[in-house]
Amino acid sequence: MARIIVVTSGKGGVGKTTTSAAIAMGLAKRGHKTAVIDFDVGLRNLDLIMGCERRVVYDLVNVINNEATLNQALIKDKRCDQLYILPASQTRDKDALSTEGVGKILEGLSKDFKYIVCDSPAGIERGATLAMYFADDAFVVTNPEVSSVRDSDRMLGILSSKSRRAEKGEEPIKEYLLLSRYSPDRVKLGEMLSVEDVQEILSLHLLGVIPESKSVLNASNSGTPVILDEQSDAGQAYADIVARYLGEDKPHRFIEEEKKGLFGKLFGGK
Amino acid sequence: MSISPPPLQKVALEFKSTSLTVPVLLLASTDLTHIQHQLQEKVAQAPEFFKHSPLLIDLKKLNDQELDIEVPALVALIRELEFLPIGIRGGTEKQNYAALALNLPVHSMHGTNAPINNNPTTKTLAVPEVHNEQLPEQSVENKLITQPVRSGQRVYAKGDLIVTATVSAGAEIMAEGNIHVYGTLRGRALAGVLGDTESRIFCSDLQAELISIAGIYQLSDDLDAEIAHKPVQVSLENQTLIIKDI
Repeated sequence: MARIIVVTSGKGGVGKTTTSAAIAMGLAKRGHKTAVIDFDVGLRNLDLIMGCERRVVYDLVNVINNEATLNQALIKDKRCDQLYILPASQTRDKDALSTEGVGKILEGLSKDFKYIVCDSPAGIERGATLAMYFADDAFVVTNPEVSSVRDSDRMLGILSSKSRRAEKGEEPIKEYLLLSRYSPDRVKLGEMLSVEDVQEILSLHLLGVIPESKSVLNASNSGTPVILDEQSDAGQAYADIVARYLGEDKPHRFIEEEKKGLFGKLFGGK
Repeated sequence: MSISPPPLQKVALEFKSTSLTVPVLLLASTDLTHIQHQLQEKVAQAPEFFKHSPLLIDLKKLNDQELDIEVPALVALIRELEFLPIGIRGGTEKQNYAALALNLPVHSMHGTNAPINNNPTTKTLAVPEVHNEQLPEQSVENKLITQPVRSGQRVYAKGDLIVTATVSAGAEIMAEGNIHVYGTLRGRALAGVLGDTESRIFCSDLQAELISIAGIYQLSDDLDAEIAHKPVQVSLENQTLIIKDI
């Protein structure tokens, strides 16, 4: 059986799709057969971030409506043969999704895949609730600012009450916090919530901190999941996150300001 | 109370259970004249209070001493004094039967605290004591929450509510009784929502958006910064919320 991961946040623009692409690629690169599904029907983005936008023939809604088979709709990644992308439909809206339809797709994928990453749309409406309904694990992507934290908190409430696991009274969804666009300098200046602040509010297991990084935008624009940019801090942060998710013990990075050097540390402290 | 058969349309009624506080008349004498006399005296002290007051007749004390009393005569006497008897308890089979014949319900003694300091030799009428009459099928439903209460979630407890985690901003917790929060309280907390002014809110860190006891509320804007980050209790005194350290 596949493990179903939902990447969610409530708020838009916090880095769900970037995270979905990076995590899926990270898992696949470690040899786990992984599918990543775009649930943002009508506002399709994942194909761009994954760099496969010119190879989309069929999409999620086609499969739900039995207009195409799963195998026809799945796009194999050119960089990693363990990774497949199921794009969203750009011409439809979220009402095209049904619980049965999504259930059927996930069941079909579960036979072949080890991990299924569901890229949730923003909001708490149909697309988002369906993306998380069947999940086993939830990656809650949060930016270090109050509105994002509150929306994540709201999403966590929905995860714990409206998922299949909750409805069936099974073991609850495992929830992980991914703090993205983190900037230690700005935290120090008091312009941003710190890791501790966010954890205090959300009381959630921290899977990793992704620093604010130019490499993310570059990666998005070039259609390359940022995890493939091994030199970048964001790429390394995602690699750490995948490792931690798979049970490895990696110390947290990117939480503290970059070291100033010995003299800076001794005398430059404010 | 008679209930006519429900018409075959939309929901016209629903059954709910409730618990009320009614005075209980504990009888210690079978002498009707004696009883009448003393009841009149009591009524004279507070005529408005007793007028049309519901009354539960408790015969246990008498029956413990195997003293029989005529229920119909007793009920007639009580009604004459403008009490409204709503049932008997602690009666014998015969007395229960007589009560039912008068359309008076028979209550069980279950779950009631019987008087302790009764002196069998004194033949006086006990003062009608205010007694919390509880129906046997009811129990106070306290609720324990061990997971964080997230923004947008609502929790309601029919009794006390105990949360061992945090309550997030935008969450709402309500209880008919007391509220205990052993994490940070950032959402709204409403205790005694049915009007119990004795209920309280206890929490280990009060940063609530709103706190309320029996409808009297206070917003976070009005909270003193001094009380944050330490355990406090909130109680209601003279229609004012009092926040104190524990």
